[in-house]
Formats: sequence, C-alpha cells, structure tokens
Amino acid sequence: MFENILQNKTEKKVILLGNEAIIRGALEVGVDFVSTYPGTPASEIGDIFFKLSQSKDYKGYFEFSTNEKVALEAGIGASFSGLKTLVAMKNFGANVALDALIPFVYTGSKGPTVILVADDPSCHSSAQSEENSRGLAYLAHIPILEPSDPQECKDFVKLAFQISEKFKIPVIIRTTTRVAHQRALVKLEKIKIGRAAGFFKKDPKKFVTLPPRVLEMKKELLEKIEKIREFSEKSEINRRINRGRVSISSKVGIITSGVSYLYVMEVLKEFNLKLPLLKLGFFYPLSEKKIQNFIKNLKKVLIAEELEPYLEKEVERLAKEVNCKLEIIGKKLLPEVGELRPEIVASAIAKFTNDKLKIENFALQNFCKTKTWESDKLKIPRRSPRLCPGCPYWLVISAIKKVLRHGSGQAVKDVIFGGEIGCYMLFGTLAVNMQDYLSCMGSSVGIAHGIQKATGQKLITFVGDSSFFHSGIPALINTVFNKSNPLIIILENQTTAMTGHQPHPGAPVFPNGIKIENIVQACGVKHFKVIDPINQKEFVDTVKSFLEKPEVSVIISRRPCIQIKK
Amino acid sequence: MHSNKKITEFNMLIVGTGGQGQITLLQVLAEAALIENLDFKSSELHGLSQRGGSVEVHIRFGKQIYSPMVSAGKADLILGLEMQESLMAANFAGLKTNFLVNKYIVPIPLQKNLSEKELLNQLKRIGKDVFLVPATEICQKELGTNVVAGIYLISLASFKKLIPIRPDSILKAMKKIIPEKYLELNLKALNLALNQ
Ligand code: SF4
Repeated sequence: MFENILQNKTEKKVILLGNEAIIRGALEVGVDFVSTYPGTPASEIGDIFFKLSQSKDYKGYFEFSTNEKVALEAGIGASFSGLKTLVAMKNFGANVALDALIPFVYTGSKGPTVILVADDPSCHSSAQSEENSRGLAYLAHIPILEPSDPQECKDFVKLAFQISEKFKIPVIIRTTTRVAHQRALVKLEKIKIGRAAGFFKKDPKKFVTLPPRVLEMKKELLEKIEKIREFSEKSEINRRINRGRVSISSKVGIITSGVSYLYVMEVLKEFNLKLPLLKLGFFYPLSEKKIQNFIKNLKKVLIAEELEPYLEKEVERLAKEVNCKLEIIGKKLLPEVGELRPEIVASAIAKFTNDKLKIENFALQNFCKTKTWESDKLKIPRRSPRLCPGCPYWLVISAIKKVLRHGSGQAVKDVIFGGEIGCYMLFGTLAVNMQDYLSCMGSSVGIAHGIQKATGQKLITFVGDSSFFHSGIPALINTVFNKSNPLIIILENQTTAMTGHQPHPGAPVFPNGIKIENIVQACGVKHFKVIDPINQKEFVDTVKSFLEKPEVSVIISRRPCIQIKK
Repeated sequence: MHSNKKITEFNMLIVGTGGQGQITLLQVLAEAALIENLDFKSSELHGLSQRGGSVEVHIRFGKQIYSPMVSAGKADLILGLEMQESLMAANFAGLKTNFLVNKYIVPIPLQKNLSEKELLNQLKRIGKDVFLVPATEICQKELGTNVVAGIYLISLASFKKLIPIRPDSILKAMKKIIPEKYLELNLKALNLALNQ
C-alpha cells in the first residue's frame, strides 16, 4: 500500500484508499508541511506521513501534534511562512481546532493550506456525537469541498490547494467514513517533493486580528467568498450529469454530493432511470446559479444528502427566486440520523419517481428472502468490541473491583466512574461496567470536578495518556486550583492505541519523552504515584488510600499496550 | 491484459470478527480485479470496530461500479470467516446469494450463542447455496497455522467459480500484496485449496 502511494509512475491506475488518495494528492502538489492528531476515519493520513517522514529522501515536515488545535496552529504558522500545508483531523478534532480556525480564515493563508476533516455518519468509530462538519462553513466562512470517491479525494485536494493559493484562504476537504475508507482506482500523476524551508515575513496588517482591522478582515473575507463562488460557478466539480438520454423536458431531477452521489448513480444504473442529476463538489460557497438553472424548470427535485438537510435548506431558499412551486424532497424520504446506504437511496428514488413497478421489482429481487428471514426474529447475539485479552487495563479493572468489593462504606461502593475517549471506553461494557458518563476527549476530569463540586460524591476518572496530553492537563490544573478531590487514573499505555497506535509526547519511541509524573507534580498535585498495575496489592492499597484524600489524587498506571509493534 | 467480459457486476461481503485479516483479503481481491481489468470499489471500517467486534467488508467489481457498498439483498457471495458473523450478514442475502462459510465459531461472551447446527439451518434457509468448509481446521492441520484460513477460502472460491476471478489473478495479486516473509505460507494455502 505504501508503495502504491509513492510510486512515481504517471498515468498509471492503482487502487487506493480514500485517505491514501488524499495523501497522494498532497504529494502531487508538493506539500511541505503536514500536522495531525490521529482520529478515525482520518488516521491513516498521519500514519503514512509519519512513515514517510522517517525516510531520508523526504524533505517535507511532518508531526503528530498534541491535539488538533495545536496541529492547526502549527499549520497556520507554516502557512504564514509561505509553506504548502496540510492539516488532518476527524470531525471532533475540528471542534477542538475551531478557536484557531475562525481567525485563520479572517487572516487568510499565505502558503496554500488544506484542512482535512473526516466525518463519521452512523458513528462507526466515534462515540460522542454524529457530527456533520458542513456546519463549519456557516460558522467560519471556510470553503468546503466534498469528494465522493478516491479519485476525487486526490483531485479535490489538488484543487483545494489551487483555490487556497489563488484566493489566499484555507480550504476544507470534508470526507465521510465511506469515502475515507473506500478503495477504488486512482490515476496517478507526478509527485513533487516539498521542503520545509519557509520564511516569515512580517506583515501585521495581514496576520494580526485586532479591532478595528478584524472587521475590515471580515468584510474582505465575505468579498473573497463571493469571488470563490464565481469560481465555483465555473468549476467542473459542480456539474449536471445526464445519465442516458435525458429528455430536456424532464420535470424531475436529483441534487446530490459526497458519497450519496455514488448511491444515486448506482440506483439510476440499476433501475435504468433517465433523470438529470446535479452533482455538487463545493458545499461552500455553493454554486447558486448552477442550482437555480437546474431547478428552474423542474416540478420536483430530490436532495440526496446524508445527515442534516443543509443542501435542502439552501435549495429551498434558492427556489424562492426562480421556481416557487418546486416540490423539494429530502428528509421526507431520507433519514437525518445514520449514514445512507444504497438500498435506502433506492427506495427513496423509487418513491420519488412514483415508479411502482420498479419498486415492486426491486423488493422482489432483493428483499423477498430477507423479509421472510426477518420475520423469523431469531435472536442473533451481538458481538461488541472488547479490550484485547492481556490488555493492561484488565489489571486496573481487577484492582478497582477488589477495592469495591472490600471497600469500607457506601461512599466507596457508590463511587462514580468518569470515562472518556480511548480503548477504555470499553469500561462501559457490561462485563466491566465502570463508566457513568462519557463525553469528549479530556472531559472526564473536567466533568468529575463539576460533579464533585455539585454533590461531594466520590469519583474515579480514567484518562488515557494520549488524551491527557491532548486536553486533560488544563482540567487537572482546575481540580487543584478550584479544589476538588476526584481520583484520576491516568492509563499510561504509552501509545494512542485506539486509532492505530500512533506515538504521543510520552511515547518511548521518542528519547527524552515527557514524563507524565513531572507534569502532575508541576500542576501541584500532592498525592500521586506511578504504579505498574501488575502489582495488584500496591494498586489496591493506593486506590483505597487516595479515595480518602481531601485533595485531588492521581495514579499513573504505567504498562504498555500489548499491541504496540516492536 | 485480459478483460473479463462476462461480469457486469459482482457483489460480495467478507465478514468475520476483528483480526481475521479481512483487509488483506480485500486488498488481494482488489489487486486481482485490477489485473482482470475490472472496475472496483470497496468499503471497510477501521478503529474500535476492529477490537474484537464484527468486521464487515464490502467488495464490488465489474464493468462500472459506483457504490462502495453492497445493497441489502444483493450479495452474490457472502464469505464468512466465522459462522455467527455469516448469519449476521443475512440482510445482504437475496435469492441469488451463495454463502461460503468457515466452519469456525468464535463464542460471544456473556450471551446465548447459536449452535453450529442452528446456524447452518438458518443459513440454508437464507442463501441459495451454502458451502460450509472447515478452513481453519484444514489450515491448522496441514500448515500448522490458521491465520491463512481466509486466503484458503478466497482461493477456494476462485477455483470453485464462486468468485468470477481466475486463480492465476489471485496468485499474481497475492505476490504483490502479501509481504515477502509471509508469502510462502499464503501460497501454500492457495495450493491447498487447489487440491480440494
Ligand atoms: S489495543 Fe492496547 S490498549 Fe487497546 S484494548 Fe488492546 S491492549 Fe488494550
């Protein structure tokens, strides 16, 4: 796979994963600077650049940053210094980075900058919410492109760099799991090797956001967006597609984007339907004229999009000006929760076109057996993920269970468990049952503090080492400063396990890595101990004694993940 | 290059539990489809779902393929590396669906598991033909390891024409995809399937 991404043959077709195609696109424009924090479904981007950066032929710069905000800030610095920059993250990472993102769109980029944001409809590898990052367009006025397949991943990344170069603005590529983890043929073009050799030329008028200048910047930004909209109107990535010989007088049509486009095409092929289709590569700024041209003579239009009806709302707005009688159908036939699947789109299109015969045929061919099967209602047990056998966390679980079993007093038996994002989310499974709340990264400690202040109840909160570096430290300082007393167990497995074992600042691959106990001590925590949980007695005794402390206490449970590749 | 004129479209799933090597099988089939000059798309999941949970991989090839996912009821072949997982994929099965299933069960902890007999009966009611093959056992016995059970099964599927891809394309693809140090073992699994 590594070889496929790197081979410098052009005009050759290879099979690439969406994420690999994004990397290839960045290499073909000669990206200089890449930063990321791992998050599925975007993780491979960091993995591969990390591997690449370890070879001496690679002259570009790569880093795993401590969190996505820091990754973006590093990228902003590189862009201000004139480098071609790529920053990659999953959707929740964009939330973390948002504070840095919005002013960056105001100042604009200097070196062209692309930000990859990967959504995960249906939450295949996400816990905290089913986020639709298209909303960032409205918040930040940042252009967003949505590829459908690996070829477009590569093409759109290159286009995004061009747009960024031309208009001096960062551009988001928004993927979803079924795009990022889709494999398909991609045509290669030449790789250019970038190099991290920028120069920061002082220009406060451009780089300093302060009123009154910041309001001028906003005005300039909005003007810029209108110029990009003109570009978008001309761009081939927003295009009308006529499958078969569509009659010009066709009164029904479909507007779609992202992976939904592939499902629509599949259905049109399968049903042999001849409908005009408008495929949008730009989510923002939208090609309003193209959309209006497309809808002005239609009676009905189907908006095939995943999650929230952003496009549908835009089309409603645009139809008012050109075709107020247009029937606009979207979330009436398609779900707002969960990803789309080809059969969901098929049934929506069948209903939309009123093609009864085809609906029946479709059901007959496909669902007949399935239906009888479903009616059997034979209970198949569900296989949920669980901690690896031999995972060091089992030792932590076992020690805490011992404390609970033999603990003195109700307060210990009723202790509240704070969870957060990592393999240890699986503490919530029935077999373990030690997770009373779960939110975003870095939150277990912050929320524990709030509960403790609000109730005085006892808490044990878990936080992984990578999460601790990511966003746990400010919350720890808050417990010291504002005086609460949860017992914080930092699960130091020396890697970012869940996303594929990426290193973090305390990982042993880095000589002179940062020691968590030094941070804990510097934060002013009085009671803390580093324990290998294999020493059960010591662990149990420490938990017992720390639960009695009136101040915050920390156990650093140090034992590496058994899956780290040697 | 040979072009495979006959297939307009082939839809398949590989299902099993995390760590059974689905992604490698997918990569081999992808490369084999490329060798046969077919259009190809697939979909897979990474992350937590791989931590011992169910892993379902979609593979589609043919003349022109858009969707990376197989539609419910439309699978031509469901290749099951584990029996309970094969049954879980039932909603992808329709009138024309064949099942090629490893006679192998990974028990699901803390839940009532279905017996091999119950599973087989259900599969037979759902699919067109069900081929139950003790791939794990055969590989363990003949090769001393069961990690290549999946390679054995896709090779078998190719020999038995359950997948419209020629064995020599699978062989070529394996040579390209599988790391040098494991190649010999994998080729042995392919030969084992040939001699079945
Ligand atoms: S990957 Fe590592 S940390 Fe995660 S469950 Fe397995 S052993 Fe534990």
